[in-house]
Amino acid sequence: MADKMSSNAYWAANIRVITISMVIWFVCSFGLGILLRPALSGIHIGGADIGFWFAQNGAIYVFLVLIFAYAAKMNKLDKEHGVEE
Amino acid sequence: MDQFTLNLLVIGASFALYFGIAFWARAASTSEFYAAGQGVGPVVNGMATAADWMSAASFISMAGLIAFGGYNNSVFLMGWTGGYVLLALLLAPYLRKFGKFTVPEFVGDRFYSTSARMVAVICLLVISITYVIGQMVGVGVTFARFLEVSTTTGLLIGSAVVFAYAVFGGMKGITYTQVAQYVVLIIAYTIPALFISLQLTGNILPQLGFIGSYAPTGGDVAFLDKLDQVVTELGFAAYTADTTNMFNMFLVTMSLMIGTAGLPHVIIRFFTVPKVSDARLSAGWALVFIALLYTVAPAVGSMARLNITTTFWPGAVTGSALSAPAVSLQEIETNPELAWVNNWQKTGLLAYTDKNGDGLIQYFNEKKPVADAGKALADANKALAEAPADADKAALEAKVAEAQAALDAALADPANGLVEGQSLTDMGLKGNELTTVNNDIMVLANPEIAKLPGWVIALVAAGGLAAALSTAAGLLLAISSAISHDLIKGALKPDISEKGELLAARISMAFAIVLATWLGLDPPGFAAQVVALAFGLAAATIFPVLMMGIFSTRVTKEGAIAGMLVGLISTAVYIFLYLGWFFIPGTNMLPNTPDAHFLGISPAGFGPVGALLNFAVAYIVSGMTKAPPQDVQDLIQSIRVPKGAGAAQAH
Repeated sequence: MADKMSSNAYWAANIRVITISMVIWFVCSFGLGILLRPALSGIHIGGADIGFWFAQNGAIYVFLVLIFAYAAKMNKLDKEHGVEE
Repeated sequence: MDQFTLNLLVIGASFALYFGIAFWARAASTSEFYAAGQGVGPVVNGMATAADWMSAASFISMAGLIAFGGYNNSVFLMGWTGGYVLLALLLAPYLRKFGKFTVPEFVGDRFYSTSARMVAVICLLVISITYVIGQMVGVGVTFARFLEVSTTTGLLIGSAVVFAYAVFGGMKGITYTQVAQYVVLIIAYTIPALFISLQLTGNILPQLGFIGSYAPTGGDVAFLDKLDQVVTELGFAAYTADTTNMFNMFLVTMSLMIGTAGLPHVIIRFFTVPKVSDARLSAGWALVFIALLYTVAPAVGSMARLNITTTFWPGAVTGSALSAPAVSLQEIETNPELAWVNNWQKTGLLAYTDKNGDGLIQYFNEKKPVADAGKALADANKALAEAPADADKAALEAKVAEAQAALDAALADPANGLVEGQSLTDMGLKGNELTTVNNDIMVLANPEIAKLPGWVIALVAAGGLAAALSTAAGLLLAISSAISHDLIKGALKPDISEKGELLAARISMAFAIVLATWLGLDPPGFAAQVVALAFGLAAATIFPVLMMGIFSTRVTKEGAIAGMLVGLISTAVYIFLYLGWFFIPGTNMLPNTPDAHFLGISPAGFGPVGALLNFAVAYIVSGMTKAPPQDVQDLIQSIRVPKGAGAAQAH
């Protein structure tokens, strides 16, 4: 039973990490790269406006950081809840 | 040494490497054939996934799509990378914990139903076969161009090469070959990009160069501003211009992202790593290796676009495009640096014609009235030329004269001109004279356009082949495992021996190669619709069913089957309505134009809508049917925690 409790808490923590990560995923691609581009056209990164840069390069960098941060966070969670391999 | 010999040497050396690796890593068991014995480290698996993922389309076509589509085609950059976040967070670790070999196998076990497994097999086959035909065509075209053989011969050589290492090596052979192919393709892609970025922006890193300044005029103007200036002077839309349909751009990006996460040949790569934590990490490494190409692609596209434009308008290098005469026919014939123009004209990827007879080739964008009138004239001339002997020639000639008059009027209208208050006739122009520029030329001819040495050109050829072959091999493996493991072992002959199944897997792989080659020789209409069909269906069928299988304990077999069928049928029907039933030309019931699209959704953007319908139907049907049995509940709880992920589980 203790095992079950622990795995429920683990799953809830996992869902929280996923939700936060998905919000970042959405904001940096669909948000900055598409929906907010007209509103932010005055801000520049080098020779590109910020929306153009996120759509063509920036979103990819954020995706990379996001996956590695998620993998590290989950390894920590696995240990905390005693469910690591 | 001439270019042909150089191409032969570099391509030959890369093939020898692939064969050597395949022989060293040949598969001895079904576990090795399907999942490389689940002993591939996360970095190696990431690299193999990157090669598996980056197809002929990524390598050859994507930069060209961005070059001519500008900001609008950012959908490919975000869509084809963002899917890896979804894979890492939502699918890969859980499917690895499940610990079996194929996507339909998970669907069948989680939804306790052989019917669900078979529906998944159908979805997988439609997606993977559509995808693999495109790869075979890519192999044929690349061989034809660089080895100076016919496309058919090129395709047959390519099939023989894939056959040799995929059938014997299985997933294990394919994985290590893909690592080598990744190295070849990434070197081939980045070396020309580094040179060109240095030439145009003074910055060797293309990712910084394309947001840096334009070097030839001293660096006081941003590179992207220079590109916008040159293309708008010639009547094209600005490169960085905003999209005209934000909603559709949103949907297409979403379709490519969730489609990527739902592609079976990508998902099965995560079955090969030893641990659940490796599956998460492996998705990250895959994206590192993919990003090396994808962050360079927008630089390659924008720089190639400027280079090809300044080739035809030398004045554009330092001033405005129209400040100096266009390139002359004589120069194209005699200047060795422009020899690529005629080389590529032979392949049909580039075509020019001196319409106004001034000895110069003027390249610009015709406004719609001019383009339409030009097309009407070409049609009228064609009708006249093809008319039978007894036809009413006078009436057809009158039509040609009428079309000619309409074109002359459009050319003389200052509203259609390039410069304020001047018509094209005033400038002595009779239309755009660079009549064909294929997207693919932006990567294939890029080293020649930028005047790079011959070995770089040979390297690009080997890279294009590596990209197409590695993706084809991954797809063929997904197809053969669906047939031998899901169809034969899972349904038709469950008592088949390990040895028998391995043989069946090899025979289905051989059969799949023959089928793909045969379809590649005379590609059916749907081969060109990979983006709409393969990604749309993966987004609307496989991705939702896997997600519900992991994240919901309540979705039942009836719900899953109904959801997949609704996703499959709604997406296929929407695509067929605009692109023709089974892509047969002329059978589309609605015109494929933005005005006719339902709520402005293009066929390539329907995937997320299909996925929503899938989710909705699955939840409604599940609510009305009996909850999944206890052993399935236990299975779901077990895949949610990493603990206890065994090594290879054959059964």
